[in-house]
Amino acid sequence: MYIIDRRLNPGGKSFANRQRFLRRAKALVQRAVRDNFKSRSIKDLDQGGEIGIMRQGVHEPTLRRASSGGQRDHVLPGNKEYLEGDTIPRPNGGGGGSGSQPGQGGDGEDEFRFVLTKEEYLDLFLDDLELPDLAKRRLMDTEAKEIQRAGYSTTGSPASLAIARTMRLSLARRLALRRPSAAEILKLDSEIERLEREGASETELVVLREERERLMRRNRRISYIDPIDLRYRRYEANPKPVAQAVMFCLMDVSGSMSEHMKDLAKRFFALLHLFLTRCYNHVDIVFIRHTDRAEEVDEQTFFYSTETGGTIVSTALEEMLIIMRQRYNPADWNIYVAQASDGDNMGSDSAKAAGLLHDQILPACQYFAYLEVGREEDPMPTGTAPRPSDLWRTYETIAMPEGHFVMRKVWHRREIYPVFRELFRRRGTNVRGGAA
Amino acid sequence: MKSDRPSHTHPLLFSGADWDFDTIRRIYETVEQAARDELGLDTYPNQIEVITTEQMLDAYSSTGMPQLYKHWSFGKQFAHHELVYRKGMRGLAYELVINSNPCISYVMEENTAMMQTLVIAHAAFGHNHFFKNNYLFRQWTDAEGIRDYLEFAKGYVAACEERYGQAAVEQLIDAAHSLMNQGVHRYPRRQRLDLKAEEQREAERHAYQERLYNDLWRTVPTGTQQASRQSEDRRRALLELPEENILYFLEKTAPKLAPWQREILRIVRHVAQYFYPQSQTKVMNEGCATYCHYRIMTRLHKQGSINDGAFLEFLQSHTNVVAQPTFDTPYYNGINPYALGFAMMEDIARICNDPSDEDREWFPDIAGKGDADNVLKHIWANYRDESFIAQFLSPRLIREWRIFHVADDASKNALEIAAIHDERGYRRIRRALARQYDIAWQQADIQVVDVDLAGDRHLILQHEVINGILLTEGDTTQVLQNLASLWGYNVILREVDPATGKVLKEHVARATPAIAA
Repeated sequence: MYIIDRRLNPGGKSFANRQRFLRRAKALVQRAVRDNFKSRSIKDLDQGGEIGIMRQGVHEPTLRRASSGGQRDHVLPGNKEYLEGDTIPRPNGGGGGSGSQPGQGGDGEDEFRFVLTKEEYLDLFLDDLELPDLAKRRLMDTEAKEIQRAGYSTTGSPASLAIARTMRLSLARRLALRRPSAAEILKLDSEIERLEREGASETELVVLREERERLMRRNRRISYIDPIDLRYRRYEANPKPVAQAVMFCLMDVSGSMSEHMKDLAKRFFALLHLFLTRCYNHVDIVFIRHTDRAEEVDEQTFFYSTETGGTIVSTALEEMLIIMRQRYNPADWNIYVAQASDGDNMGSDSAKAAGLLHDQILPACQYFAYLEVGREEDPMPTGTAPRPSDLWRTYETIAMPEGHFVMRKVWHRREIYPVFRELFRRRGTNVRGGAA
Repeated sequence: MKSDRPSHTHPLLFSGADWDFDTIRRIYETVEQAARDELGLDTYPNQIEVITTEQMLDAYSSTGMPQLYKHWSFGKQFAHHELVYRKGMRGLAYELVINSNPCISYVMEENTAMMQTLVIAHAAFGHNHFFKNNYLFRQWTDAEGIRDYLEFAKGYVAACEERYGQAAVEQLIDAAHSLMNQGVHRYPRRQRLDLKAEEQREAERHAYQERLYNDLWRTVPTGTQQASRQSEDRRRALLELPEENILYFLEKTAPKLAPWQREILRIVRHVAQYFYPQSQTKVMNEGCATYCHYRIMTRLHKQGSINDGAFLEFLQSHTNVVAQPTFDTPYYNGINPYALGFAMMEDIARICNDPSDEDREWFPDIAGKGDADNVLKHIWANYRDESFIAQFLSPRLIREWRIFHVADDASKNALEIAAIHDERGYRRIRRALARQYDIAWQQADIQVVDVDLAGDRHLILQHEVINGILLTEGDTTQVLQNLASLWGYNVILREVDPATGKVLKEHVARATPAIAA
């Protein structure tokens, strides 16, 4: 008899099979994931989850007899009242009632349910989206080298000598070859000196002197540090792709922004962030809120604290430019900007905002999305086209049809994801700008 | 519990739930001794493997085999098992046992020491004994060779994927899986399989073909063969028709398959054949294992190897396993093979040792014979579920379980109680229940009956309809489509009433160039 501990064997033997299954059911799973998304809150957007797909899509057919029709026999345990010859009404559906037909259970279920991991969920959720202009910046990326420790080597420059390691080896070698220690020789010296002082016999001294000579010879032959002890720290340069992005979230928090509008904005920001984290190793987020003045705040304040005041959009744009100059050099960072607003702006500010956007921000960033959020009760009764807001009209003058500046209007939560999809739909024949 | 106090002749194996490898070794040795002294079991050597939950799920999803070729349907199984397990809807099986030599039993690391004891008694001795001795397993499975063969199969399929593309192989396996139930020989006609030799033979076949390969043969004119028009009977005889093993038939005669495709059909067929005995011996196999573990655990308790606490824990888990809900409970899910098997084994032991007059009348061969263990061992070796129930389901058990028989005729509005647990009903109930375990009644009887060699080469299959139960429409269409793509030409399946010979339904599938060589 053998007992074998297999626990340390790699698990996930089924991983390949599972991948195959997901690939096979991809279209179905993808649709299910999108449906499933509707019922999720922002917070657990990037969790895995249970998904149900139609059984039909992954059904494995076999030749088997139908579950109805013909003459059948059921043998059941637990009779309480029936006598031979009794008749009982057929349970509805004509099938086996409470599953009394073994081997035909699968018939009634129309869904196949299973759990997706977080990665699988997001993969399927964001699968056919891509970041605009990601590829372009990628090509321009110069690769930075990252120096990493990589153990020890026997050759190297003096500056990288690993002293502790070298000394350890030298000590080991000296011990192994029994190199006499300084203390030993010193002791012998003092012994000889003592004997000389006391005028001991020459024969005694000769023995000791020979012994000393022998030790010294040995000392010379076995060096304290030998070239074979030397160890140098080894470094390797690993190419490190610049794959970092910063996402600026700009939001109007003036009195005219209702909770509903902020919620819409938040959903959009969350999606964008989720999406960016799929494409970049590293994503920074900067939250800038503004009324008639702008400030950088943390996430909590950004979404939850209330503020009143007028609205001057250019303050936020200026603040963003300052932060960008200080911390996020456009040469090193992929910059994404998402702005959410109800469209209000001080009339006199519009020209300035447009100028900043057009001259300074757009040239530096990868993508700028302007999301105009409307009141839930909007749009107006059908027939009356809503009047474009001040900001909308201002921005319209800059928007280019194929440019990396886009603007969309959203009234309801359910429109967020479709709008997002539309913005990031994979275009043309670009290869997928996958994760770095 | 028996009234005689434990004699405590043995040291306690463990206390509490914890175990380590030393404990398992001691448990194994004690269980082995108990199995030998108490029941005289005859087993393959054992190999106990400790695994994690995740590994158990893995093993579960590849139909319990330690290694199998890759295919998406196993991934589907895994995804489903995992969900069910995570939700706590069902615990994992505590054990998994593989019919091989040595016999491999998986035990999970989170089991308690008592569970490990139970699993070893149940799987490493109960199932193991059954595998080694039951005639179906002896006839159909090759415990020595199965692991090597699966290893070979896995490698072969992977090599094919590399050479011919994953899509082509997947499509082929899909098609083969859909015919898996029609891929077993139900009656032995050759000596039992030796899977190691199979692997050897494949290699030789391949080498032989490579040696013989000469491109010139391609250019030799084949001549027209219409001259030799054989009689219908002779043609069928040459093709060994009718043939119930469709996968076998395809492998041998499908005109358009490439050699590697035939080999993969063969692999799927061998796997199906390997599991064929298992499907026919569920009640007996589980009954045997459950009966053995019950006897062994009781003995361990009696001799003082496990304490009262562990024994109570065992009894609780045992009771859960052998619970049989009645038909009107919401969670009724058919007859539990553990429950029925265990009840019948106990009943047989009772009949041997302490029969009533009724038993003497019904079971003259074994009633009062004593020596229940040898009677049971004989039964384990020589029956399968259907014959076992037909022979040994006793009136007393039918009464205890209050089993009744409902006849369901689709042409009538109501169900009829055909028999209940009384004098008139015993035999009828026993026959009806045995029939539920009879593969011939459970699975559709479908055979290849003819091939139109002179014409368009279409394949003709026939389903002998029993009791007017036809095949499910949708699935049949899909499977026939698979079959047509393997065969390479059209396929016709006729559903025939065997009494009148009347064709009740006809399915036709047209060949598509779906599976290309």
